[in-house]
Amino acid sequence: MASASTTTGVERIAEAFARARSDGRRAALMPYMMGGFPSVELSREIAVAYAHSGADLVELGIPFSDPLADGPVIHAAATAALRAGATVERVLELAGAIAENDVPVIVMCYSNPVLARGYERFAAALVRAGASGLIVPDLPMEEASELRSVCDRHGLALVPLVAPTTPLERLAQIGATARGFLYAVAVTGTTGERAELDPALVARAAAHASVPVALGFGIATASQASAAADAGADGVIIGSRLVRAAGEADDPVAAVSELISEYAGALRD
Amino acid sequence: MSAVRHRFGRYGGQYVPETLMPALAELEAAWVQARDDPAFHSELDALLADYVGRPSPLYRAPRLSEAAGHPIYLKREDLNHTGAHKINNALGQALLARRMGKRRIVAETGAGQHGVAAATACALLDLECVVYMGTEDIRRQKPNVERMGLLGARVEPVEAGARTLKEAVSAAIRDWVANVQSTHYIIGSCVGPAPYPELVRDLQRVIGDEARAQVLEHAGRLPERVIACVGGGSNAIGLFTAFVEDEAVQLVGVEAAGEGLDTPRHGAPLTEAGLPGVLHGAFTAIMQDEDGQILEAHSISAGLDYPGTGPEHAWLRDSGRARYVAVTDEQALKAFERTARLEGIIPALESAHAIAWAIDSGFSELDLICLSGRGDKDLAEALALLTPGSAI
Repeated sequence: MASASTTTGVERIAEAFARARSDGRRAALMPYMMGGFPSVELSREIAVAYAHSGADLVELGIPFSDPLADGPVIHAAATAALRAGATVERVLELAGAIAENDVPVIVMCYSNPVLARGYERFAAALVRAGASGLIVPDLPMEEASELRSVCDRHGLALVPLVAPTTPLERLAQIGATARGFLYAVAVTGTTGERAELDPALVARAAAHASVPVALGFGIATASQASAAADAGADGVIIGSRLVRAAGEADDPVAAVSELISEYAGALRD
Repeated sequence: MSAVRHRFGRYGGQYVPETLMPALAELEAAWVQARDDPAFHSELDALLADYVGRPSPLYRAPRLSEAAGHPIYLKREDLNHTGAHKINNALGQALLARRMGKRRIVAETGAGQHGVAAATACALLDLECVVYMGTEDIRRQKPNVERMGLLGARVEPVEAGARTLKEAVSAAIRDWVANVQSTHYIIGSCVGPAPYPELVRDLQRVIGDEARAQVLEHAGRLPERVIACVGGGSNAIGLFTAFVEDEAVQLVGVEAAGEGLDTPRHGAPLTEAGLPGVLHGAFTAIMQDEDGQILEAHSISAGLDYPGTGPEHAWLRDSGRARYVAVTDEQALKAFERTARLEGIIPALESAHAIAWAIDSGFSELDLICLSGRGDKDLAEALALLTPGSAI
């Protein structure tokens, strides 16, 4: 956490993308985990395993009761995490465990838990926890300016999303507000594994962003991760497949470690 | 900036995934165009008259009035085709969907009244219809599930959470996210992201516009109190809107107190007046814990079993123009039975909340209550509870 005190979250994210490149990776590997799933204790081990198995950045999900952008796997994991006693505070403790390994943490949280604490308190809590950025999947451009100023003041990257349905002019507007990276949503739909990947949005997004572009939603296999890198993605986000492994496997830590090593291998030059 | 209001005071907004934002803009543009288009209105008005049966009567309920000790008028939305006010909104939005070239409709339903209304409008306009409904509500509202099936809609059971209205809305929104190019979401109440709260209000304001003219004609005066039940709040906002400028008229929204406001088992975010927050795309009065997790609501009535409410209601409350109160399951059930015995009208359990409050809340020179729906759908649930020796 030495670096956390001397650099801002925005800087740590930029460094992580640069380091992935210089380490010979075609795109940064950015696995998602649901904080508190399958239990708070196990998710701490999973968090550390993510950092040790090759994650360049980690997206840490705060469970929410009504996750509108999520498909069945992550929705069910959120429900289970809340039942198992996950709270915002306990999930943020996991961020420190990841950040200690020099892997920046981007917290993914729906609007309401952020609002319930208040933007200022929430941002301060992220900084204290060692997180570097924040993704709010139900906070579109129109609603984001206040939170973005607060995050800017705290050196946190508020990462916006663009979707296949986003018109070009809007994409440019969103791209101009991006901090840390721009999150390109690969599918018209909620999170979840898909058989086919269409990475076409990456090029459109990259043309309108001065920050790296990460592709997520629907990416489940090593070959899809590789295809995303081929399409020019600077980062590849994988969520539901890993969350499913965390929920299904007899040894969740071993299962997610194995998957992450596989993805990392596929993203090597 | 916009032709449709996105904020009512600090409430409202568009807290949805980016994928939906272009669809909300498209919907808003289509509505702004349609609401100024005489052809749209003449088609909608003709359907409201000949198909729905509007204007719905305003009825002076003599025996309820006697029991209450003051005059009570009922706006008979229960006499609409499909048995509730929901058809006003569903028909308008289905016409709008057709204008936008969207042939597939998703809807959510709690009590089943909105689901039936959406299925009905889709049958009439030859649109595909998928209705999301919690499995607990499917159990409580079996006849409406069967109606939707007969009307050609597909009812998708929702197993998440408490398996009621909140989860049905979430499931409908997720479907819309995935099928946004081909699909229009006919939301059933004045909730959700802009432009929905205003769109639904505009389609429901026919209730109040008619009622205001009718009460002036029948009673020669405006009501002292205008009363409607509030879950999401569409019948209430439809009734209130015509009276907002009449400063002497009190506007009263009646929420579900469920098993009591001192328990967590209620559906009264406006009355409870806790910290506001975001649910289903709008910043509004909601029920939540200190971490911002949405709480499960409870009401005997599936249509009021919702932890959020329309953002315009939150604003009307804060501005002091309307007040919000809550009635327990037990009080609502009594009013349900009483209205049946005294007037030969079986009200929806939702509407029974509004009646219960009017009867029990002191003298008024004239109460105008929205009888938002009929209670046939509630018979099994209500009779089980009214049986001597049962819980209530």
